Amino acid sequence: MENLIEIRWHGRGGQGAKTASLLLADAAFNTGKYIQGFPEYGPERMGAPITAYNRISEKPITIHTNIYEPDYVVVVDDTLLECVDVTAGLKENGGIVINTTKSAEYLKKVLKGYKGNIYTIDARKISEEALGKYFPNTPMLAAIVKVSNIMSDEALLEDMKGSFKHKFAKKPEVIEGNMKALEMALKEVKKI
Amino acid sequence: MSIRERLSGNEAAATAMKQINPDVVAAFPITPSTEIPQYFSTFVANGSVDTEFVAVESEHSAMSACIGAESAGARAMTATSANGLSLMWEMIYIASSLRLPIVLSLVNRAVSGPLNIHCDHSDAMGVRDSGWIMLFSENNQEAYDNLLMAHRIAENENVMLPLMVCQDGFITSHSIENIELEDDEKVKEFVGTYKPKHYLLNDKEPIAVGPLDLQGFLFEHKAQQAEAMKNAKEVILKVSEDFEKWTGRHYGLFEEYKLNDAEIAIVCMNSTAGTTKFVIDELRNKGIKAGLLKLRVYRPFPGKEIANALSHLKAIAVLDKADSLNAIGGALYSDVASSMYTENIHVPMVNYIYGIGGRDTKSTDIESVFTDLQEIVKTNKIENPYRYLGLRKEEK
Repeated sequence: MENLIEIRWHGRGGQGAKTASLLLADAAFNTGKYIQGFPEYGPERMGAPITAYNRISEKPITIHTNIYEPDYVVVVDDTLLECVDVTAGLKENGGIVINTTKSAEYLKKVLKGYKGNIYTIDARKISEEALGKYFPNTPMLAAIVKVSNIMSDEALLEDMKGSFKHKFAKKPEVIEGNMKALEMALKEVKKI
Repeated sequence: MSIRERLSGNEAAATAMKQINPDVVAAFPITPSTEIPQYFSTFVANGSVDTEFVAVESEHSAMSACIGAESAGARAMTATSANGLSLMWEMIYIASSLRLPIVLSLVNRAVSGPLNIHCDHSDAMGVRDSGWIMLFSENNQEAYDNLLMAHRIAENENVMLPLMVCQDGFITSHSIENIELEDDEKVKEFVGTYKPKHYLLNDKEPIAVGPLDLQGFLFEHKAQQAEAMKNAKEVILKVSEDFEKWTGRHYGLFEEYKLNDAEIAIVCMNSTAGTTKFVIDELRNKGIKAGLLKLRVYRPFPGKEIANALSHLKAIAVLDKADSLNAIGGALYSDVASSMYTENIHVPMVNYIYGIGGRDTKSTDIESVFTDLQEIVKTNKIENPYRYLGLRKEEK
């Protein structure tokens, strides 16, 4: 992997994009990396567009700014594609991962000719099948790990098992479903 | 052995407070420092500290409760931001003039108005002449380390002044990053127990705290405060030396980053220093001799040391994350400029007001400052020394 990987998350308040960015930071930390995970705080409310960021590096990270030229972008909600410039500054040797069931033609059109790799995943289907509810952040976390190759599938699954045990200490019944969502997402994310 | 962890700046501050386990914490929540008393109250509820936690009704009361606790002989801490510090203002002066070594974790945020919850240093700059020791922190690690050193500095008998540890709201307070934590027992050993010389609950020595102090004495008391602030410099260096022996992490009055052989340099505080380091590394690869002086100890102000560290440069930019609205320049700039003048060192110097109300300071902004400095070196001309960085231009 490149020495410094920068990721920008686009989601809507309440969908867990911030949590996903923190979980990604956690997982990368646990594989020995230097990490940053931070949201861009605005007047937050349910449903409003939000942005969160990750930096992952082999070396200590000193820069403290938002990310303007990300290697990867994750779009948790495809209704943002027409109202937020999600590919702004996105490197062409990087990629964008979108939670969507929309057609390749539509995506190419709204991404205004973005030349890098475009990946899609149906996080709604995965989440509803694995968890019985719509929490897109777990599948999106697995999708970005797969696409960016930050760590191996096994390392992610092993690490998340530990994180979920801790995070869901009071509701252990959801751990299995979340693990299943990760496994499915690792398999189902695909390049268009 | 340090413990490898990842924490936000607020988590780091709360963890330091847990390990310090002060007698009293009195706080009122305010963004972006809310998490500090929030996490701390969890530690209290879980029994991991035996601190008396006072959930007060305002920041004025928070500082008042800390003053009461410290006067009684206890070790007291609090946390706040922006308007919370503004509401404490009256008591901030009383804390320092009563020589109470209270420790405050200040998560920097713009003082209203209009209302803004994001980072700048206007809160800290508002109390820069209040007689508090002020330490600034580039990241979560420094916020943690500065808090671990705080009591040893503040409670030193030659100092006896309150101390605030600043970090940038949201930029570091809400960013999860790597950090090295120290062992609970070792922290306890390093911080030690507070044994005040004079305190209200000492029945062997009845004293009054804060009585009337008129023409006959206030002047002398203020001069003693000023003397204590001068003494603080040596104490900070001594405590930092002991801290380095323990943790291996070095702290001085300021950090010099590639400054030795630099021709142009930036002077700034807190998280922007990290971004500046990133930019300097890139410029150095292009052969540009750029450097940084990152100030850690803002009060007491190490004027002589700063002036000497900057004396070899060809041009300097001082970055202020608060505008003094005085038509002449920011507070840090004025302090650096007057220190240079006093030391009879003349280097072309400009001031940039930046990052107001959370305006993101990009690496390209920092680059543009270095480009300006190169231009100054080349032309030997400074048309306007009081400038803005990252201000949106009016669209035509």
